Amino acid sequence: MSELYDRLREAIVDERPVALATVIEGHNAGAKLVVEPDGDILGTLGHPELDRIVSRDAVGELAAGRTGVRHYGAEGQARETDVSVFIESFSPPPIMLVFGAVDFTAALARAGKLLGFNVIVADARSVFATVKRFPMADRVMVAWPDEVFDHYGDRLGPHDAVCILTHDPKFDVPAVQRAVATDVGYIGVMGSRRTHATRLERLHEVGVDQKGIDRLMAPIGLDIGSRTPEETAISVCAEIIANRTGHVAPSLRDSEGPIHRQPAEG
Amino acid sequence: MKEILADLNTWRAEGRQVALARVVNVEGSGPRDPGAAMAVSDNGDVIGSVSGGCVEGAVVAEALDILETGERRMVSFGYSDDEAFAVGLTCGGTIHLFIEPLDW
Repeated sequence: MSELYDRLREAIVDERPVALATVIEGHNAGAKLVVEPDGDILGTLGHPELDRIVSRDAVGELAAGRTGVRHYGAEGQARETDVSVFIESFSPPPIMLVFGAVDFTAALARAGKLLGFNVIVADARSVFATVKRFPMADRVMVAWPDEVFDHYGDRLGPHDAVCILTHDPKFDVPAVQRAVATDVGYIGVMGSRRTHATRLERLHEVGVDQKGIDRLMAPIGLDIGSRTPEETAISVCAEIIANRTGHVAPSLRDSEGPIHRQPAEG
Repeated sequence: MKEILADLNTWRAEGRQVALARVVNVEGSGPRDPGAAMAVSDNGDVIGSVSGGCVEGAVVAEALDILETGERRMVSFGYSDDEAFAVGLTCGGTIHLFIEPLDW
């Protein structure tokens, strides 16, 4: 009886993408189809042709990460509304790669977890990149950026984020180089405006083009006057959200002057 | 539904009857997007949420009724100036829920 539920649950727990299609109105309300990205299905909505059409649509919705209601004829016909099907996409959690095991990293990793990210902290220095310092991270890697991107690069997409907090050219230049070669939705790079100006020169030298440079949110975060690691983590996460939703929020990248202004009197 | 999965498993392991309410559609301003889910067990325990707290009480009542009758159905909640809606969303939107026994 619980075969559908179990299949769905296993995919979600294993962090594999899966869609659940449920007839919510029309004949067979409650009938279900569990759809995997390769088109594999379990269950039926009551008619093989309807199953075929809905599973095809569900694969598309899953790829786009969309959840919503679609209407069909009883046998899957388009432009008919006999049957309403709720297609729910379950995507694995988005990835947040954090480079640099620094003071700000722990706070950002915590905030990333709060937003549901699968948080990976990476630093080449084994003394700093420890699980003990970052127990909230899903994974702590003692690794250079190349190794991290070899592992995660192909999996990065519009909902994922790369945050480069090292502000050491040894790490952040290769990290940016590899990040701009992925489809990742957000690339934030920490450092003062001066640090970023010299970083830009190095990035040009190693061949990062203007299109890549334009993707960088640097200095990282929104211009909300944050100072502490926790406040900075919030400003970075808020920027990630604004970036994903396309809403306008004041990024430090697009403002001028010191990042840490003196608070106004009074 | 992801958020309530762990609790759902516990309930199922305990052999409880469970009703699952999922937001399938939102018109206008609504607090939660489609996919938001809450579940109600036969002894009235609740996990998850489908709004900002505005309609949860009414959903529990519907869910318990559905557990009793076994009849899955769509339930909608809209702005509370309409007499048709006993319980309303203060944000002015309408949410459509599909509530069913978790018997699959």
